[in-house]
Amino acid sequence: MGKIIMAVDDSASVRQLVSFTLKGAGYEVVEAVDGREALEKLKGAAVNMVITDLNMPNLDGIGLIRETRANAAHKFTPIIMLTTESQESKKAEGKTAGATGWIVKPFKPEQLIAVVKKVLG
Amino acid sequence: MTDKHIAAYKEEAYELLADLESSLMELEESPDDTELIGRVFRAMHTIKGSGAMFGFDDIAAFTHEVETAFDKVRNGTVRVTSGLIDVTLRARDRIRSMLDASETGEGADKAEADEIIAALRKLVASGDVSPEAETLPVPKNVKKKPTEARGPVTYRIRFRPDREIFSTGTNPLPLLQELREMGDCRVIAHTDAVPMLEEIDPEGCYTCWDIILTTDKGTNAVRDVFIFIEDSCSLNIDEIDKKELSNEEAHKRLGDILIERGDLSEQDLRKALGKQRRIGELLVEEGVVDERQIESALAEQKHVKEAREKRQGAEASQTIRVPSDRLDALVNLVGELVTVQARLSQTSASSSDAGLLSIAEEVERLTGELRDNTMSLRMLPIGTTFSKFRRLVRDLSAELGREVEMTTDGAETELDKTVIEKLNDPLVHLIRNSIDHGIEPPDVREAADKPRKGTIHLSAEHSGANVLISIRDDGAGLDAGEIRAKAVERGLIAPDAELHEKEIFSLILAPGFSTAKKVTSVSGRGVGMDVVKKAIDSLRGTIDISSTRGAGTTMTLRLPLTLAIIEGLLVEIGTEFFIFPLSAVEECVELTAAESAVSSGGHLAHVRGQIVPYIRLREQFSIGGSRPPIEQIVIVGLDGQKIGFVVDNVVGEHQTVIKTLGKVYQDIEGISGATILGDGTVALILDIPKLFVAVERQATV
Repeated sequence: MGKIIMAVDDSASVRQLVSFTLKGAGYEVVEAVDGREALEKLKGAAVNMVITDLNMPNLDGIGLIRETRANAAHKFTPIIMLTTESQESKKAEGKTAGATGWIVKPFKPEQLIAVVKKVLG
Repeated sequence: MTDKHIAAYKEEAYELLADLESSLMELEESPDDTELIGRVFRAMHTIKGSGAMFGFDDIAAFTHEVETAFDKVRNGTVRVTSGLIDVTLRARDRIRSMLDASETGEGADKAEADEIIAALRKLVASGDVSPEAETLPVPKNVKKKPTEARGPVTYRIRFRPDREIFSTGTNPLPLLQELREMGDCRVIAHTDAVPMLEEIDPEGCYTCWDIILTTDKGTNAVRDVFIFIEDSCSLNIDEIDKKELSNEEAHKRLGDILIERGDLSEQDLRKALGKQRRIGELLVEEGVVDERQIESALAEQKHVKEAREKRQGAEASQTIRVPSDRLDALVNLVGELVTVQARLSQTSASSSDAGLLSIAEEVERLTGELRDNTMSLRMLPIGTTFSKFRRLVRDLSAELGREVEMTTDGAETELDKTVIEKLNDPLVHLIRNSIDHGIEPPDVREAADKPRKGTIHLSAEHSGANVLISIRDDGAGLDAGEIRAKAVERGLIAPDAELHEKEIFSLILAPGFSTAKKVTSVSGRGVGMDVVKKAIDSLRGTIDISSTRGAGTTMTLRLPLTLAIIEGLLVEIGTEFFIFPLSAVEECVELTAAESAVSSGGHLAHVRGQIVPYIRLREQFSIGGSRPPIEQIVIVGLDGQKIGFVVDNVVGEHQTVIKTLGKVYQDIEGISGATILGDGTVALILDIPKLFVAVERQATV
């Protein structure tokens, strides 16, 4: 069975692209439109990895990362943040919250796969 | 990128733009509403981020400016004014027209865009002192391509993750795997920091790694592997073994490497060197470094050496093509030399001349080395044969309607050229059998909950003086019941015969045996497996079959490394000498006249509680003369059985240069060849499998 990755982004097109790319590489994908929905879906599902946008309504990426890490089941789940901001501060904030790594938007599909491979093996 | 994705992006962008418009209107009414500012920012952010991904670079670049402005608004450095709203609305319309333009293909008005950007910058500049550092969303690639083209470089990477590394969901192992995929890589783990069980924090990382990597991808690529954890580990990447130095500089000594790494001080090294023992052992004993550090440094030394050899090998091809008959002549000469050397050793041992003895010993040593070197000249990697089979597997699986993947292992294993040549046909047959009888058709596999695609795994490995070649499939496996029934039907075994599973399996090697219900062009005619067996026998090899019903079959061929020289056990019967291939001999025990009288007629010896049937070679070969009071039984193992051969006297081990017997004597049962002993007498080499058959025949009569 393929590993399950959750893609969290309020942009449908980004979700679609991420989802399409990952499925093409043999992963299963669960989508969520924002941090709140992501947390909701994380409760039941056996998700192996989370890819999340940072700027989202309701609960943003940083918040999602913090909440996810607080959940014992996902204490060590790799979380990758999608960010357009090249400022170090945002990356640092994400890292402090417990993010495993980041992908700078825009990214090419093969970059996404490379990062997933890097953290998920 | 498909049109579907682009269409989805556009649709979303139009929605966002509509939302942006209304948000901006509202924002004008209540300029301090942070929620509204957030919405505007996110809309811009998404348009920009996705835009670049879907190929709308102009939109992304333009929107970035607007986003930058609103980031400042969000941070509170710039206040919302009606002027800002004005410009932003114009920017929004501009983005819209850019989207429209992409549809119609019209070029958008560049001047207007520049004007809007200039206006925006002016508006936000008042609240911002520092100049805008970035003007474009520079895509920061996760993987940088090396810019400079250069040959492989060897790096020493010391990777010490922080104890809390797991808390960010980082798993160091995929990183090591990533390094492995970059080139020739050695990883040494240091586990000495792992505390006792009661003190361990199961969520902490106590391991650190030394990695030696030879890659042509460049330092940046190596560094990028660790990009996410740069701040949560200590990482040293040093270039070692620089190419330009490699030709002049000798290999780095272990001590030098340790000093360079900072594991050892020069004084400690010198002190240790003074004692002149193996430096590694010594250093560990001294307690200045531990064993893992030594191991790591040794691995580096070895790696660098190999990398260099490889590089030099690539730079200048250091091979000579030689006709194989010249090699054969050389092997023959070495064979003669070995024989003469044996004679020299024998003569010198019986004389009391100490000087001659030491010369004889020297000659013995040199001859041994010469023999090994000459033999290695004839060695070829089996990989070329393996790769030939890829095509075979492909064609056959297409013909037989199977889906088969072939994997190989140990392609670098070397075997004597003649053995490889003679191995080709049997291997072809075994692979055919695996595909035809073993691997099920795809739909059958699916029904059995197996992947549609079957796998055939070919592997080769050294095992002492032998090479093991195995063909493993994940097919249906052998049906012991069916084989048995068939064997009874064909009269190969008695209906009430008691057989082990292994013995039943080996029945498929018998002549005239086939269990395939359907005869195809490749197998099922009952010729083949016995031919395979014969071919392997002629190579003095054995076949071992193991199979699990439903899970697959493994055929293992055990072959001698070379056909020209074997290790033998020299025995004496009357005045005749014989050689047992040493690989088959398990042990030698004494057989006294009293013992043989007790079990007379039965020909059974008790060896540590086990009953071993034996025969007298004296009788087998009709050698005259009387038996000595104490005889020797050479116990030989074959296919899991033990049989004893009674001889007068066991002389000892003998380097046996195999000479084929002339045409006239070639078909003598039980003799596979001859060799010449040190004193010039001829010893016959026993053909153990054939003798086995003969013994079994006698036993059943």
